[in-house]
Amino acid sequence: MLDIRCIARRGAFLLDVDLKLPDPGVTALFGVSGAGKSTLIAVLAGLLRPQSGRIEIDGEVLFDAAAGICLPAERRGIGCVFQDTRLFPHHDVRGNLEYGMHRVRGRVRRLQFGHVVELLGLGALLERRTHQLSGGERQRVALGRALLAQPRLLLLDEPLASLDAARKEELLPYFERLRDELAVPIVHVTHSFDEVIRIAQQVVVLDGGRVALAAPLAQVCRAPVLHAITGSEVTGTVLEGTVTRRDAAEALAVVRCGDIDLRVARIVLEPGMRVRLYVAADDVAIARERPEAISMRNVLRAQIVTIEPAEGSALVHLAVGSEQLLARVTHSAIRELQLVPGADCFALFKAVATHGRRFERAGATA
Amino acid sequence: MLTHVESQALRLSLEVAALSVLLTLPFAIACAWLLARRQFPGKALVDAVVHLPLVLPPVVVGYFLLLVFGTRGAIGSWLNETFGLRLVFTKQGAALATAVMSFPFVVRAIRLAVENIDRGLEEAARTLGAGAWDRFATITLPLMLPGILAGTIVAFSASLGEFGAVITFVSNVPGETQTLPLALYSAIQSPDGDVPALRLALISIGLGFAGLVLAEFLARAVRARLGR
Repeated sequence: MLDIRCIARRGAFLLDVDLKLPDPGVTALFGVSGAGKSTLIAVLAGLLRPQSGRIEIDGEVLFDAAAGICLPAERRGIGCVFQDTRLFPHHDVRGNLEYGMHRVRGRVRRLQFGHVVELLGLGALLERRTHQLSGGERQRVALGRALLAQPRLLLLDEPLASLDAARKEELLPYFERLRDELAVPIVHVTHSFDEVIRIAQQVVVLDGGRVALAAPLAQVCRAPVLHAITGSEVTGTVLEGTVTRRDAAEALAVVRCGDIDLRVARIVLEPGMRVRLYVAADDVAIARERPEAISMRNVLRAQIVTIEPAEGSALVHLAVGSEQLLARVTHSAIRELQLVPGADCFALFKAVATHGRRFERAGATA
Repeated sequence: MLTHVESQALRLSLEVAALSVLLTLPFAIACAWLLARRQFPGKALVDAVVHLPLVLPPVVVGYFLLLVFGTRGAIGSWLNETFGLRLVFTKQGAALATAVMSFPFVVRAIRLAVENIDRGLEEAARTLGAGAWDRFATITLPLMLPGILAGTIVAFSASLGEFGAVITFVSNVPGETQTLPLALYSAIQSPDGDVPALRLALISIGLGFAGLVLAEFLARAVRARLGR
């Protein structure tokens, strides 16, 4: 349980948030730069003192302006992984990892040195000096250092932002393992929606220092507010489901989401796996009649819920069985197909355009 | 190899310089940290006072030391009565005079190092559970080390060479306050002192050279450790 209600000032910037996360799990803190993500992180960590308000974690008050309470950062038990890693240059990797481990006062040591080293693949790096590490290795060490301080909440401040795509790809599986194998609640700051889809269970969207939205991921993707903030890049639908069949020869898997079956290509999925699928609105087409002889593997009976005008095009919200899908189409398509709310139609999209990620709930066994 | 006067002056110089460094460092570290990190009223004044020995003639510094730390001076008489510590005409006094003279150099070197420390590292230490003193001892101080080392070397060499403030405050007493430069000065003053003066000058050069080599060696070791 995380309960934040505060107003904090940093220079001319004003953060004014009111946020309750009953089960933080992995929460992505999302927003464009200048939205207040880092300020909120600093407030949570205790590195920035708010002007007013109250912050509470699991029933313990960290900050209460009215009662004059402000627990210093070193006593909050909140771990931080910074974008610039902030490894101590005068310690080797082992020294960095052990720094927080030696300062765990009173809290239970749930995460053992050996386990964290193994989980993050740090075994071969222990005797290295920090300046001998690559960018990805530095982030892994920073992550291990934060974990070994036995945090009750882990704050990740854009840990992947300074890495190139290949390094990111190398590091993301570690974050996924972290989410799946350790029951440490995580607030993950990012402005990359791909990271959000891969890691988060719920999303908090900040805009201009205020919470624009806080909801489970699937809802957030459909919310018009997100489109206004991030543009079309992240307009789409996130669906969660279970793999029911896999056709190895065709490299195709069938994923059951609610009461619909989706065909997904290009990723290795085994039956029984929980997966999260992302279907971009730009990849979904609409037909009034069931098309014959078409290469698109997903042809789903749908009904138009609403049509939301967007710049140069329109976003069509479709009800597909128990699920929802977003499709971006042109105004001329809307006219010619006479698309109106309530109309029956078919949603079409390619199996290769469906991005799937393996996904387990935190705490669940793989 | 060395005459009695020479070895006595050399030993005394090293002793005074070492004592002076020990005396300077704690104050210089505190002062450098305050000037680099804290805003307080009168900061500009403190900064000016610290740097005063740089612009004053050493004789003036020696004279003021005599006024304050002399046997009838405010602090001097208190030290004498409480601890039986007499500074005038003693090597402790010589160390104090050289400490005051080298103080600004040491503060500058350490302050530069403090300003170069990434504050983010201290924040990271905070989130890992380190309190204020813990952070200072385990993060700030070790990262100040290059500056402290540079400051120590500067202070040590300046102490070996200090003349004006020393001779004014503690005079030129062989075996007690007659360091190398003072012995050299005495040799030059005496009618047949040409050879002893030259020998003392050569010892000074040798000492300075050894100091520079050692300093470079240590600086490299520290840099390698910090990976710069």
